[in-house]
Amino acid sequence: MAPEKKKLRVATASLAGCFGCHMSLLDLDERILELLKHIEFDRSPITDIKTCGPCDLGILEGGVCNAENVHVLREFRKQCKTLVAMGACAVNGGLPAQRNHLDVRDCLQDVYLVGVGVSRGFIPNDPELPLPLDRVHPLHDVVKIDYFLPGCPPSADAIWQFLTDLLAGRTPHLGHGLIHYD
Amino acid sequence: MSGDVSAVLAKHQHDPTRLVQILRDLMAAQRHLTPQDLTAIAKGLALPRGRVEGVAGFYSFFATEPRGAYRVLFSDSITDRMAGSVELRQRLLDAFHLRLGEVSRDGLLSVDVTSCTGLCDQGPAMLVNGVAIPRLTHARIGAISALIRASSPMEWWPENLFSIHSHIERRDQVLSTPFERGEAVRAAIRRGPDGTLEELQRSGLRGRGGAGFSTATKWTACRGAEGRARFLVCNADEGEPGTFKDRVLLADHLELVLDGMTVAGHTVGAKKGFLYLRGEYPFLVQPILAALEERRHERWLGSEIAGVPGFDFDIELHVGAGAYVCGEESALIESLEGKRGIPRNRPPYPVTHGYLGQPTVVNNVETLAKCALIASHGAEFFKLRGTAKSTGTKLLSVSGDVARPGIYEYGFGVPVSQVLADAGAERTQAVQVGGPSGTLLSRSELGRRIAFEDVPSAGALIVFDESRSILDVVESFAAFFAHESCGFCTPCRVGTTLAAQMMGRLCHGRGTRRDVKDLARVARQMRATSHCGLGSSAGNPVLHALEKFRPSFDKALASHEVVPSFDLDEALAPAREVTGREDEGAHLTEEAT
Repeated sequence: MAPEKKKLRVATASLAGCFGCHMSLLDLDERILELLKHIEFDRSPITDIKTCGPCDLGILEGGVCNAENVHVLREFRKQCKTLVAMGACAVNGGLPAQRNHLDVRDCLQDVYLVGVGVSRGFIPNDPELPLPLDRVHPLHDVVKIDYFLPGCPPSADAIWQFLTDLLAGRTPHLGHGLIHYD
Repeated sequence: MSGDVSAVLAKHQHDPTRLVQILRDLMAAQRHLTPQDLTAIAKGLALPRGRVEGVAGFYSFFATEPRGAYRVLFSDSITDRMAGSVELRQRLLDAFHLRLGEVSRDGLLSVDVTSCTGLCDQGPAMLVNGVAIPRLTHARIGAISALIRASSPMEWWPENLFSIHSHIERRDQVLSTPFERGEAVRAAIRRGPDGTLEELQRSGLRGRGGAGFSTATKWTACRGAEGRARFLVCNADEGEPGTFKDRVLLADHLELVLDGMTVAGHTVGAKKGFLYLRGEYPFLVQPILAALEERRHERWLGSEIAGVPGFDFDIELHVGAGAYVCGEESALIESLEGKRGIPRNRPPYPVTHGYLGQPTVVNNVETLAKCALIASHGAEFFKLRGTAKSTGTKLLSVSGDVARPGIYEYGFGVPVSQVLADAGAERTQAVQVGGPSGTLLSRSELGRRIAFEDVPSAGALIVFDESRSILDVVESFAAFFAHESCGFCTPCRVGTTLAAQMMGRLCHGRGTRRDVKDLARVARQMRATSHCGLGSSAGNPVLHALEKFRPSFDKALASHEVVPSFDLDEALAPAREVTGREDEGAHLTEEAT
C-alpha cells in the first residue's frame, strides 16, 4: 500500500474583516469534504485553535487596523510557508479603510466621549484591548504576501480554483468569471 | 444672485462656452466660489449645476472653499525644488505659524503648491493671487511676508517683484530674423491659400508641441473637411515642467505668432481663432490684448483684412486655470467649450470634429511662429536649418544645473552635449528632454541629437548634475502626474497615484524590492491601457530611470527583505494619545520578514 500522502497544513484568520470571506470558504459546501482529504486545519475559526503552529499555507482575511492584527499577521508570516491575502480588505484595506481620511483621535472621541447619547463616557484604556492604528493598511504594507485572492468576497468557486491550483502545484490562475469587481 | 455673479455673467453674455473664463473672473473678484455662486451661474447659463461644480472642481486655480486673502501657490517643479523652494516655503509657513494647505485663522494667508509655473529659468517661483513672482530668495520671502502682514494691496507691491525676464541665450532663424507686423499675412494673401499650403508642404514643417505631425497635412485636412465653420486654436498651454519657450515667444515675438495665426486662418478658411494661454502666465494677458486691439485698429484683424474682401478673421484670448492635461489638443478644446479638460476619444480628430464639433486646427505657439516665417521668407529659407526629416530650428528651454538657463534656438539635429556646453553645464549626470513625459538621458547618451528621428521633444531640457538624486527627480515627476491626471480613466488615475506612493516610499528609505517590481508593472500598464497621452507617458520617468539608473533604486532599498511600508509604532501614537496608554501592548517594534 502506498504511504498516505502528507496533508497540507492550513491556517486561516480574519483580521480587520467581516468574516465574509470565511463564509465564502464555507460556501464550498460538500467540496469541503473533498478538500479535507488533502488539507488539515491549524489555527482557524473552524478549529478554534488560538495560536498558529508551523503550516504550509496561511490564508488571511481583512486588513490591518490595530496592534493585534499586526501580531497575528506576523505570527502567520513566521509560521506559514505561503501566505495568501484573501478578499478586498486584505488586498487593499477595503471597507474599514474608509476611516483613513478621518483622524483616529476624533473617531474615538466621537464614539466614547461626545457622541449623541453618550453620558459620562471615557475612552477605553484597558491594556487587554488592542490599540487602533492611525490608518487601515493592506497586508502587504506590513509583511511579504505571496498571493492575492481578490473579491468581496471571492466566490467559493474562486477559492476552490485557487486552492486546487495550489494543491496541484500550479501557479493559481483565476480565469474568466471568477474575478468580479462589481 | 450676488452682484459679482450677475455682472460677470453679463460681461460674458451668458455664454456657457465661456464658463472657465466666468469662473476665473469670479475667482479674481472674490477669491473663492460659494455654493450659491455655482447655483446662480448654473441658472444664468442654463446648465446643470453638476456641470458647473464639475468644472469648478477640475481646475486647480478654482477654489470652492475659502482661501486666504493672499493665496500663495509655490511652483513645485523639480527645478524649483533644486533651487531651494522647499526651504523658502517652510520659511513663509513658519513666519505665519501655518501648515501647508491651511488658511491662517484671520483669513489673511493660505499657502499651497502648484505644478510647474513655467519660470524654470528664474525659479523658485510662486503665484500670489494668480500673479507670478520669480527668483525667490530669503530676502524676497521676508519682504513678501511683511507686505502680507501689512495687508498691502498687491498693486502697491514693488514692481520689480513681478518682473519676468526672457533670458534668450542663443538666437537662430526665428529669434534673429527681423519681423514686421502683417508681413506674413501680406505674403499669404499674395500666394493665396493653395500657394501657402504648397510652401508649407515644401518646408516640411512639423508640429513643435512634441508630436511632430506635419503642419501642412493638418491644415489641408481641416481645409477640406465639411463643416458650418472652421476654427484655429493656438495652443499656449505649455504645462510640461521645464518648458517655457512659448512664454518667451509670446512676450518677445508676439507679432510673429499672431501673424502665424492669421496666416493659418486665411489658409484653412477659419473666421475665428483662439489663443489658449495657460493660467500661470497672467503677465502676458494685457500685452496680448493690447496687440490684438492694435491689429484690429490697423485692420490686420477683423473683417476684410488688409482690404481683401471675404478675408475675415479675429482672435479671442482664452486663459486656462491650471490643468496640465489641457495641453492635449482635445482636452484643450473641451476647456475652450467651458467644460472639464478631459481628452476626447480620437478619432475623430479635431481637424474634422474640433471646437463645437467643427473642423479645427490646433497648433503650438512655436509652430505658428514658424508658419509666419515660412510665409514671409519661403520654404527654402526655412530648410537652411535642421535635418532632412526635421527641418528648421527648435527653441529649447534649458534649466536645472546650468550656468545660463534660458532659451536656446538651434537647428534641429543639435547634439545634447553641445546645448549643455553652451549653457555651461558641468558634471552632468542626466538630462530630462521633453519634460517628465519625455526621455531621461544618462551621461553616456549626451551625444544624441534633438530631432524627431532621434530624441523628439517639445523643447525642454532639465539638467541634473552629479549632486542630484535621480530618485528625487523621478519622485517629483511621479507626484506631478498623480496631481495632473484628469481622473477619467482608471489606469492613469490609479496608476499615477500608486507610482507616486511607491516612489515616495523609496525616497524615504521604506521601499522594498516588491515596490521596484510593481513600479515597472504599473508603468507598463499605464503605457498600454491609458485613455490619452498623459497616462501613456506617465510611466516614462520610472521606466527610463529603472533602465538607466537601476543601481540608484537598489541602493535605496531598506533591506532585501520586506519591511513595513510605514512606521508601525508611530501609527499607534494618536490612539496612545487619547487613551493615555503607555503599556507594552501600546507599542509595536519594527521587524523585517
